[in-house]
This record gives sequence, structure tokens and C-alpha cells, in this order.
Amino acid sequence: MKISRILKTILLMDFLSGLFIAIKESFKTKKTLNYPFEKGKISPRFRGEHALRRYPNGEERCIACKLCEAVCPAQAITIDSYEREDGSRKTSRYDIDMLKCIYCGLCEESCPVDAIVQGPNFEFATETREELYYNKQKLLDNGDRWESLLAANIKADGPYR
Amino acid sequence: MIEYLNILFAEVYKILFLLIPVLVSVAMIVWLDRRVWAFVQKRRGPNVVGPFGLFQSLADALKYIFKEIIIPASANKIIFILAPIITMTLALISWAVIPFDEDFVLADINVGILYLFAVSSLGVYGIIMGGWASNSKYPFLGAIRSAAQMVSYEVSIGVIIINVLLCVGSLNLTDIVLAQEKLWFVIPLFPMFVIFFISALAETNRPPFDLPEAEAELVAGYQTEYSGMMYAMFWLGEYANILLMCSLGSILFLGGWLSPIDLYPFSLVPSPLWLIFKILLLFILFSLVKAIVPRYRYDQLMKLGWKIFLPLSLIWVVLTASYLFYFNLLPTN
Repeated sequence: MKISRILKTILLMDFLSGLFIAIKESFKTKKTLNYPFEKGKISPRFRGEHALRRYPNGEERCIACKLCEAVCPAQAITIDSYEREDGSRKTSRYDIDMLKCIYCGLCEESCPVDAIVQGPNFEFATETREELYYNKQKLLDNGDRWESLLAANIKADGPYR
Repeated sequence: MIEYLNILFAEVYKILFLLIPVLVSVAMIVWLDRRVWAFVQKRRGPNVVGPFGLFQSLADALKYIFKEIIIPASANKIIFILAPIITMTLALISWAVIPFDEDFVLADINVGILYLFAVSSLGVYGIIMGGWASNSKYPFLGAIRSAAQMVSYEVSIGVIIINVLLCVGSLNLTDIVLAQEKLWFVIPLFPMFVIFFISALAETNRPPFDLPEAEAELVAGYQTEYSGMMYAMFWLGEYANILLMCSLGSILFLGGWLSPIDLYPFSLVPSPLWLIFKILLLFILFSLVKAIVPRYRYDQLMKLGWKIFLPLSLIWVVLTASYLFYFNLLPTN
């Protein structure tokens, strides 16, 4: 071993320089977000909580074609349909098991009328499993709640679809 | 009978007066540790619960209290439960002899430093009992490692303490502090202070010497099978030990409650605050070390303890003793 190396070891030079760097770094701006109070930017393509959308006149978009049910790789979606008096096909039941869902976005992609979409919300943790078995009403409510954002996101992502 | 009870209650109040601040400061110190660690890594650390996240540890403690305590079926139940209790008790009883001011000490015994040393040596029992009683391989390996590590670093800490005692001539912690009125021992015994600091890191199982709980190899070492409040007690004991080592370092080398300069603005600060300030300073150094160093390999750890620190501190004892003897500075009383 060289003398300089031994001296370095005895005087703990490596350690001291590390300590100096650590103290210097600890006064720099933080790289992490102050999460619950500030949130990161989310892409329009973000695949968060599901929602069923309506047309501006209040009519449900979903036509019960069951493409999403067929394409769902986790088989999380269950749909029952019926014929309404005016002859249109509607869903009598639209359930998503959010515990099975893998958030792949295939349902959204397969939907011909942009009815089922995955919105920007990712903070829907619950205290029981049952609360995560979403039914049609819950999904429609989600759609009403997030409609402005959902529409904006679909519009922003439109050119790339 | 009434007199006896009066004395008993007076003592209990005294003990609570010491114990509750220690426990609260342990909780605060855990927060400080996480915060310093986060700051070095440019993170924010716990900052939501209470002002600056100060109550994070209390929230954690509350969580631990409500968690279920799981005792493994094959564990030795009595020893398994006893281990965290021993760890925490031993970490707390050593505070009895720490002097915060000239007369501000719970038990002013004349062999204070020996008492401290004995209690901190017993600390290894909590860990080894926990590791053995778990009846599982990772806790067992962790306990063996920790026993070997704590025993080897205690030796060099003992020899370092002899250095200080040679300069003081008394085993009483108050006398040790008072002997530093002219000059803190950190200046003449600086290399010993450095070795003491590193040995204290090893003694309290802090990184870079956290081999007993090396999460990459041993899951969590001796704590693997513990859950709920029992885990929290190990954790509290560990941090109380760290705090104790910091206060021991400031009493032995940094002049305890003495202010750095006996001048007007400094002498206004009450002396216990100086001790707390020094403890905090040492503790921040502890946390910074945790943030910047990688873990030692086991053979390196043993080599450092037995082949470097022990001979070095022994040589320093001889040097100190011969210096004091030659210049006729040996303390007489």
C-alpha cells in the first residue's frame, strides 16, 4: 500500500468527503413531491379508475356490445343486456371487479362509442373488498363526476389513436 | 410505613421525571433520524403528522400498539416475550446515572461508568434471547452476529474509557465532566473520540455495522419474527441505546453539560441544554453516517474491531499513561 493511501485511511478522508457531500446535498431542493398536497402531472392516456360516460343529453353511451367483456384479459367485466322499448340495446348490469382488473386499458380501446374509459383518478382505495366491486351505478356516477376531464383527455389523445 | 411510602413515591416521581422525557426524546429522535436520512437523499421525509411531521413516531407507536402480536408456534414463548422487555429495560435503566447538571442526576453513584458499561454489556442478552427464542434461521444468525459484534466492540470501548479515566481519576460521571472544565477530552484524546464514535456505531448496530439486521441477507435479523408492540419495544430500546451512546460520548469527550466557552452569552444557556445540544449534534452525525456509508462485510467488521481498534486504543492507553506519569499530571485524590 502506498503511504498516501494509508494516510487517507487513517485520517478517514473518504468518509469525511462523503460526509461533506451529504451535508451539501441535504440543503439542495428536494426531488420528491409533497404528495398528498401536490401531485405529479398525469398523461391524458393515464389508465386509472373506470367510468361509464353519457352523451350530453344524458343518454348512456354504452350499447351493450360486450366487446370490453370479451377483450378483458382478467375477465373482470360482467355485462347483461336487454332491449329497451325504443328498440335500442342497453345494459341491465355492468359490473367491474376492480380487484381483478389489471388496468391494461383494453376495454377502453375496444369500446366503439367511448363509453367505458379509464380516467385520471387513482386514489380510490377502500377499507373493504366489497367496495371495490363496482356496479353500473357507481361507474355512471364516476363518469358524471369526471366527465369534463375525461372528455378533455379523449380529445387530447385523439390524434394518436 | 407512611415515611417509607413517601420516600418510595418521591423516588418514583424522580424516575418518571427522567423516564418520560427520555421516551419522548426517543420518539423525536426516530423522527429526526428519518428526516436527516431523507434530506441527504433529497427526499422530504415524514412531514405530515403534526408540525414538520414531529408526531410521526407517536402515530407509528399508536399503530404498533393496535397491531396483533404474533408468537411463532415453535418459539420459546417465555424467552420470546422476555427479550424485547429486557432490551428496553436495559436501555432505559442506564439513564439513571447520566448527569444533566452538577446535581441533576438520578443516581449519583461513584462507579457510574462501570454501571453504564455493565448495563450496555447486558444489552446483548435481549438480542441473543430474541434471536434464539424465535427458533428460526434468520433471527438466529442475526443474533449470533450481533453477539459477536457487540462483544468485540465493547472491548475497545472499555479501553477507550480507561483512557478517559486515567485523565480523570474517578469513575463518577459528574467528576468526569467536572475534570473537563479547562479542556474537553476531545482535544487531547481526539483519535480515541473517533474510535469511540465508530465503536458506538457498532455497539448500537447502526449502519455501517448493522449486520445483525442486514435486510439484504437476514430479512431483519433478530427482529424477523417479532410484530406489533414487541417489535416497537426492540426499536425503542435500540434508539434509547443510540441516545445513550451519544450522551456517553458527550460526557466522556465533549464536556457534558459544560458550555464551550465560559463567557457571557454562552453561560446564560442552562447547562442541561448544552448536554442536549451535544447529544443532538452527535446523533445527527449518527444519522448522517447511516445515510452515506455502505454496510461492512462481516470479516472486515471483525478485523476492524480486533486488529485495528483494540491495538490502537491499547497503545493510546500506554501513551496517555506514560505522558501523565512523566509530566507528573496523574490525578490524585
